[in-house]
Amino acid sequence: MSETTIGDIAGRMPKFIRRADPAVLTAFACIVLLLFVGSLYSRSFLSPEYLLQQLKVASFLGVIATGMMLVILLGQIDLSVPWSVAVGAMMACAAAAYGSAGVALAIPFGIFCGVLIGIVNGIGVAYLRIPSMIITLATNAVAQGLMVVYTGGFSPQDSATGAMRYLATGFAIPGLPNAVIIWALIGAVMVFVLTRTGFGRAVYGIGNRERAAYLSGIDTRRVVMIAFAVSGGLSAFGGVLLAGYASKAAQSMGDAYLLPSIAAVVLGGTSILGGRGSYLGTVAGVILITLLQSILSVMQMPEAGRQIIYGVVIVAMLLLYGRAPASR
Amino acid sequence: MKDWRYWLAEQRGTLLAFGIFIVMFVIYTSNHPAGFTANVVQTASNKGVLLAFIAMAQTLVVITAGIDLSIGMIFTLTNCLASWLVIGTGIETAFGVVAVLGTGLLCGAINGAIVIYGRLQPIVATIATGAVYFGIALLLRPFPGGSVNEDLADALTGRLFGVVPASLVVLLAVVLLVWVPFSRSVLGRAAYAAGSSEMAAYMSGVPIRRGKFAAYALAGLLAAIGGLFLTFFTYTGDAAYASGNAYTLFSIAAVVLGGVSLFGGKGSAIGAIFGALAFRTIGDLLFVFDFDPLWQPLFQGVILLIAVSLGAFALFRVRNRLEWFL
Repeated sequence: MSETTIGDIAGRMPKFIRRADPAVLTAFACIVLLLFVGSLYSRSFLSPEYLLQQLKVASFLGVIATGMMLVILLGQIDLSVPWSVAVGAMMACAAAAYGSAGVALAIPFGIFCGVLIGIVNGIGVAYLRIPSMIITLATNAVAQGLMVVYTGGFSPQDSATGAMRYLATGFAIPGLPNAVIIWALIGAVMVFVLTRTGFGRAVYGIGNRERAAYLSGIDTRRVVMIAFAVSGGLSAFGGVLLAGYASKAAQSMGDAYLLPSIAAVVLGGTSILGGRGSYLGTVAGVILITLLQSILSVMQMPEAGRQIIYGVVIVAMLLLYGRAPASR
Repeated sequence: MKDWRYWLAEQRGTLLAFGIFIVMFVIYTSNHPAGFTANVVQTASNKGVLLAFIAMAQTLVVITAGIDLSIGMIFTLTNCLASWLVIGTGIETAFGVVAVLGTGLLCGAINGAIVIYGRLQPIVATIATGAVYFGIALLLRPFPGGSVNEDLADALTGRLFGVVPASLVVLLAVVLLVWVPFSRSVLGRAAYAAGSSEMAAYMSGVPIRRGKFAAYALAGLLAAIGGLFLTFFTYTGDAAYASGNAYTLFSIAAVVLGGVSLFGGKGSAIGAIFGALAFRTIGDLLFVFDFDPLWQPLFQGVILLIAVSLGAFALFRVRNRLEWFL
């Protein structure tokens, strides 16, 4: 009779489980748990239509969280998400008002504006060495100010173009919403970039120790700037999709995406200090957050209860597996 | 280095914030239609003091190299609570004030416990607790409303001897009763040391955990004082998500303007107070120059962007490029 150690158990498990991050596994386990709880509450919770609908809603958050993850991997944070989202949506809708050329360029223009915000963030963080939390807060305020001046303080009157609506709500493949396909494509590119390119290695390297990355010949400042530009662009693209989904832009449409995007990345096992995390975890985190929000709204929980449960669940999950190692 | 030069170097951020505030305030009052009168000063100080309390609260946490993104929500929660409790006879009102302050202290203590003993990153942990606090605020006040003991409110937002704004006196009292004892105590020094270099502080036997915990808890208390004052100004409680968030953001801006380093261990609450007053005055400058109020958010944002970029000048003094990376 031999004693079973944890190592033995792990050794007998299939390879893909052994290699997986415990945080990602916990996140997926929590998803299963949420689905189970939901199915107790309502039969239709496990129906394919409902799950596909959730996946579609999740894909907006997924696109935004992808950019956020890139920045968090660097050990930085992007707090300019709310108004990057709104700027992307509003500028895309605004461009649509300028004839057929405007309609054709609406989506690229929206993303371009987000990239501009990201570049300002990137210059501030990478070249001016301003803490990312402050500079992104400041660009967020500036973007908000610009949009308030542009719209005169009201929701803009322009509406989304057909292409934007098609991307957010159409079905290129029957049964599979376009938004999900877009998220899958962006996710695939992100996985490729993070695991197979020098840029991805540099991102992880900088997140671990920027000095060491710099000394090994990486132009760390350029990498940081590109990452912020990508984050801004993806936030704006998320805004474009959201505008297509609601068929118009709104003043505070991005506010609901800052905390969930950070929470999704962190719940997915990415260290907020940077340098560690996988995209699979972020996918799990995004689905987890979306399901949680969905269950709470299916239960017709009032907004107050939703906020409380939302906060408590995030703290509880992080206490489960997001704790920093005990120092000393 | 001589004593006074050392003091000057230590207080540079505070003095700079003081200077900015004085310049802005002179521009403000000299262009104000009513000029430098007791009324103008009273209105300005009432608005400034709110942010000053929140900025002080944020300073305490930032000094430990943490950040409290739930500060605006504690502010909102205590505002809603005060609109229920701080009412009635003298004793009831006093009980209400104590209860509100205790709630703030408790919220701060919860943040501290989660961050220090739960070992979570302050950014994420306080975002989550902020959601909880906002939820409770919404439970208390689903719609704006409630009332407050108006005698007390008018006394604390009015003027002493017809000249001195009472809110400034309260601010001074809080500085003397909370900030000065804390910063000079063992716990306060532990908070600074933990922000400066946690490892070194630990190795020297500094009680860093207790110091950090005290900083988070007191931050909750200061935010509650801010929430109490908001109730005194508005006579109502209002669980507004946007305003809670805005106060969190402004508190960080005020702290940065006040010369407190976000990397911890450097700066003082006095600087943050002047940062807050300066930030408020800058925001109000637009009104005296008769601009469209629509431009205010943009103007505040640009000022914030310029203010935080000024710190980049320190880069020119860097001789070794490796010092770019902290």
